[in-house]
Amino acid sequence: MFAARSASRSLFAARPLVQSRAALVRFRRAYATEQKKIAEFKGKKNAAGNYTVTFIEGDGIGPEISKSVKSIFAAARAPIEWESVDVTPILVDGRTAIPDAAIQSVRKNLVALKGPLATPIGKGHVSLNLTLRRTFNLFANVRPCRSIAGYKTAYDDVNTILIRENTEGEYSGIEHVVVDGVVQSIKLITREASERVLRFAFQHAQMIGRKKVRAVHKATIMKMSDGLFLNTANEIAKEFPDIEFDAELLDNACLKMTTNPDLYSDILLVMPNLYGDILSDLCAGLIGGLGLTPSGNIGDECSIFEAVHGSAPDIAGKDLANPTALLLSSVMMLQHMGLSEHAEKIQKAIFATLAEGKSLTGDLGGKSTNTQYAEAVISKL
Amino acid sequence: MLSTRTLSKSLFRAVNAVHTKNAVSPVTRSMATVASDLVKPTKYGGKFTVTLIPGDGIGAEVTDAVKTIFKHENVPVEWDQVDVTGVITGNTYSEHLYRQSVASLKRNKVGLKGILYTPVERSGHQSFNVALRQELDIYASVVLIKNMPGYITRHSNVDMCIIRENTEGEYSGLEHQSVPGVVESLKIVTRMKSERISKFAFSFATANQRKKVTVIHKANIMKLADGLFRNTFLEIAKDYPQLEVNDMIVDNASMQAVSRPQQFDVLVMPNLYGSILSNIGAALVGGPGIVPGCNMGREYAVFEPGCRHVGLDIKGQDQANPTALILSATMMLRHLGLDDHATRISEAVYNVVAEGKVRTRDMGGNSKTHEFTNAVLHKMEQI
Repeated sequence: MFAARSASRSLFAARPLVQSRAALVRFRRAYATEQKKIAEFKGKKNAAGNYTVTFIEGDGIGPEISKSVKSIFAAARAPIEWESVDVTPILVDGRTAIPDAAIQSVRKNLVALKGPLATPIGKGHVSLNLTLRRTFNLFANVRPCRSIAGYKTAYDDVNTILIRENTEGEYSGIEHVVVDGVVQSIKLITREASERVLRFAFQHAQMIGRKKVRAVHKATIMKMSDGLFLNTANEIAKEFPDIEFDAELLDNACLKMTTNPDLYSDILLVMPNLYGDILSDLCAGLIGGLGLTPSGNIGDECSIFEAVHGSAPDIAGKDLANPTALLLSSVMMLQHMGLSEHAEKIQKAIFATLAEGKSLTGDLGGKSTNTQYAEAVISKL
Repeated sequence: MLSTRTLSKSLFRAVNAVHTKNAVSPVTRSMATVASDLVKPTKYGGKFTVTLIPGDGIGAEVTDAVKTIFKHENVPVEWDQVDVTGVITGNTYSEHLYRQSVASLKRNKVGLKGILYTPVERSGHQSFNVALRQELDIYASVVLIKNMPGYITRHSNVDMCIIRENTEGEYSGLEHQSVPGVVESLKIVTRMKSERISKFAFSFATANQRKKVTVIHKANIMKLADGLFRNTFLEIAKDYPQLEVNDMIVDNASMQAVSRPQQFDVLVMPNLYGSILSNIGAALVGGPGIVPGCNMGREYAVFEPGCRHVGLDIKGQDQANPTALILSATMMLRHLGLDDHATRISEAVYNVVAEGKVRTRDMGGNSKTHEFTNAVLHKMEQI
């Protein structure tokens, strides 16, 4: 860790000050990197020695799986106090917005856990997930996938970590109809956003102990946009001499990931928005779906950890839902907050419960309820 | 060997269907214009002339396999070979060769092609593969993803066709730098081309007794561009009430493809998603070495491996799997109406694979490319 820091310092020192705004940003960041990592958790414990975390329980099955998380955290004696907020969207000047109370809470606590949200249809709302990302400028999406012992799929050697740029690329939302029947959709790639997510990716690799970082791109076809991402990656890689860096074409990544995901078990993948969206869901498919994969949205200011599956209104309130995705996200959250001991303890209990296979929920072929599953996890703590 | 026939046969029917239904409306134009619309390859002296572009990487080895087999089978095809390369050699001759290959294809109407390398460097040329498809307007890429009998992979009973729009979308090549460090890349979607590819997909499904056509998109985010593609597809779908139609978001489709690929039948999608899903699909059934494909347009047809990998890493080592190119070549033979030859060759290939004695490295064996070719020749004598 120290080596990388000093390396980045020397690199910044060597870089001449260019162009007003870019230079300012870079300078500020350079200063920051000397002491702190990008997106480091800066929360403080309260008087009782606990961290307060904003809890967006979500819709549908959200409240019941949130209850399981709370009971498991209480049993594990994690130093967390929850602050539940409602994010039912409101329209401000015709744009979807999140209630102020929720924003205040996340800003204050710097970290949040979020269940599934249903986007209301037909009221002109954009996706709430997108709104949250924009409101808090959550620039990186971290998506680990690990094969779950106890749930058999065609693959049993998956252990991937993927980081996706979350703010621009194909999802810039800039589109227009040129003439009737001809549409242009703009993929936006900026050096600033690429730099930020790439530097975070390298730091994350150091944190979790992966020695290789690989950028996934399609620069053969999109020479300028993906080329910019790739060139930036090559530059940032120089700041991290202890991490091996290479790049791979999107086609190859899809092919190899589906053929033999084991090839990626010591590599951290980083890529632009759309590719990340597709590949992360592909990885989830390898191990059994979105019900088993955690996700973290990382921002400079605050971070939100979430279950990426749907709100499943059809089974809501029946205590049938599988809380694993939200639980694993909460484990990621604990790691982000530096509470690795608790994270480790809870994660072990979850994996042990799943491996044992006695208390699985319906989606995994078991007969247990959400509450029974949570109790089984607690008994393993 | 029923499956052998259906695989190749189905493509042949599709190709026919495209030609009859390519026109604006499948019903009204098919009678009147099919003859004048189609410029069929001509036989000279009892032989077809076919453009052969071996391509980079493993291209030379696998085209050698095809040439040997064709010669052995006495197929009435003469090759018009153009050794265009995408690898930067330092001279400007490659551009000239590329022009030559396009001219040859325009002359012969039919081509068999390996994959050309595309440099990542910004200074490097644009992808010749993409340029070729755009210039000849071979708009529909067809990739057949099907388990080969006797070759076990992680997934079984996979049988899907990926139909991919080949000429616009993310591969438009329109990019610019607004200010240093800010790049815009344009994805173009037009109603005309969306309509054309949707019709192709439906004709293909109808001609091959397929049941379901799924459109893959990301219209929840790219509401206008992918929205246009999806809505056009659904509009065209009304003309085909006998087919089941559904739509799926591309990330979900990728997830479904690796967990339950059996649910898919015919899939139609814009350019980039096609690249992604055909790679996932190829991986499901055994890799790029066994997946055939073709690019169809109104005038030209270019047959190439379905999962477009150059294979620079194993170039010249005599270990590439020629199956994908051989099967693509048999698809071409059916396109030319040389069914008997096509059947004998494809059956021989399937038999060799099913027997499992001679397999190349990508299929878990250790046979060389030329050993596989010899095994196919041997089998052909028994058929």
